[in-house]
Amino acid sequence: MKDWLIPVLGAVLLALLPLMVEPYTQDLTVKMMVFAIFALSLELLVGMTGLVSLGHAAFFGIGAYVTVLASPEYDPGSVAMLLPMAVLAAAAYALIVGLLSLRTKGAYFIMVTLAFAQMAYFVFHDTRLGVSSDGIFLNVRPVQGSWLDLDDKRHLFYFVLACLVFTYSLLALVRRSRFGHALAGIRVNEQRMRAVGFHTFGYKLAAFTLAGALAGLAGFLLAAKDAAVNPALLSWHESSAVLLMITLGGLGHLRGAVLGTVVFTLLKEVFSTHSLVGPLADHWQLTLGVTVIAFVALLPHGLMGLPQRLRSRR
Amino acid sequence: MSLMQARRLTRRFGGLTAVDSVSLDLALDEIHALIGTNGAGKSTLVNMLSGELPASSGQVLLEGTDITRWPQPRRARAGLGRSYQRTTLFPAFTVFENCRLAAQASRPRSWVLWESAAACGHAGAIAGQALEAAGLADVAGRQAGTLSHGAKRQLEIALCLATQPRVLLLDEPLAGMGAEETERMLQLLRTLKRARAVLLVEHDMDAVFRIADRITVMANGAVIASGTPEEVRGNREVRVAYLGEGDAC
Repeated sequence: MKDWLIPVLGAVLLALLPLMVEPYTQDLTVKMMVFAIFALSLELLVGMTGLVSLGHAAFFGIGAYVTVLASPEYDPGSVAMLLPMAVLAAAAYALIVGLLSLRTKGAYFIMVTLAFAQMAYFVFHDTRLGVSSDGIFLNVRPVQGSWLDLDDKRHLFYFVLACLVFTYSLLALVRRSRFGHALAGIRVNEQRMRAVGFHTFGYKLAAFTLAGALAGLAGFLLAAKDAAVNPALLSWHESSAVLLMITLGGLGHLRGAVLGTVVFTLLKEVFSTHSLVGPLADHWQLTLGVTVIAFVALLPHGLMGLPQRLRSRR
Repeated sequence: MSLMQARRLTRRFGGLTAVDSVSLDLALDEIHALIGTNGAGKSTLVNMLSGELPASSGQVLLEGTDITRWPQPRRARAGLGRSYQRTTLFPAFTVFENCRLAAQASRPRSWVLWESAAACGHAGAIAGQALEAAGLADVAGRQAGTLSHGAKRQLEIALCLATQPRVLLLDEPLAGMGAEETERMLQLLRTLKRARAVLLVEHDMDAVFRIADRITVMANGAVIASGTPEEVRGNREVRVAYLGEGDAC
């Protein structure tokens, strides 16, 4: 009961937000919600299954690219067609990468996922499939019938919010299901899980594919929001940024993934605004990096561990 | 009646033959102890029986079926349970949740996402029985990581029982236990062999000779003796190689 009180309150507050704030803040909130979905998808791997992937942006970028590439040139594409295409394409690549990478563990798994993501990056960066190394514009944002037009800021906001609620609820269900408990067991002690009869590979592959699919959903939303894609979406910078978000928030909590995304995005916004930090804004990577290191050093369990840390101080 | 058999099992690591053509019979209602010095190949043999390590040659049979090429999870589902020398639990889960997770392995409905794991009555019932059998029913709600060493070893066995095994491979269940804990564990082991076959790898000779129905002695990867405790105790080769009565040297 208490567990879902805060997320529900958060969703209600978000739903009221467009009535209260100016367009800039609304735009920033949409961006945060998209990245929150992306971060949640990685939390399924890292926090719930114990698989640290450094190539998760590949699925995000593939979702975004498929959305743009499959859209008609001058007419709006249909959400009901583009969204499943983006999700399935990302899931398909995740299935292949998972089949080949999940046999490795630890640092090897990190390197293999990174390698597969860089491969996808260079496909969009250097081949005709990616059109140009600078990316592609989406001329018209997707619509659905006459009731949903993602070109309308408010429609976009509520659609992204609905997707975030869907993702969060799905993962909350996974966590308490038998499947989720098996993933938790694999995270703690995979050998023991095999010894009691779990085919752990299948469970890990299912989690990896689902995480890829959800990252593809976030990619679709980002393409619809920005009306543009570029290869940097698939790069390891993006993979490590999302890994930082969930670490900052605190691994092992869905709330932590969302919280980490919000804090990370806000920090980045502050550190890259000239009127706030002056010339340092040109070097926001430096200030953001130092801040994140400080956070992780002081809060080993992320922001979600903060209350407990304060309590134990007393 | 023989539940599990090893036939001429061999495992080579490069030039080293860790287990050399070992044959073994685990019979129903029997505790079969496997003893030998460190490096005799006991753990390698258990790992081959449980499926963690592929055999270089030889066969493993479970209730007459050749399972030599089966991966470990499939063997576990077919009724082969094992415990580990080092305690390997899920410390953040409660004692009950540990067992329920193990019991859940054999249930096919793992993919039903909308059902809570706690709602699975079947796995819960099996977990409850396993805890009862292992004598842990009182501490079912405790976090596994907070148990005493002895209780953790009991939970290790309860985890095995929750998979409803016909054959149990127990790797040093008495390791690191005090006298009182050892007595309780021996009591538990006696109840475990009913309707099951138990292979017991153990260093505590005193306990082994008290509880085992059959004893197999390994040295340098090979079996040097096998029989009832009396037969093994009287075996001259065993006394020389293992029990430390080296008058023949």
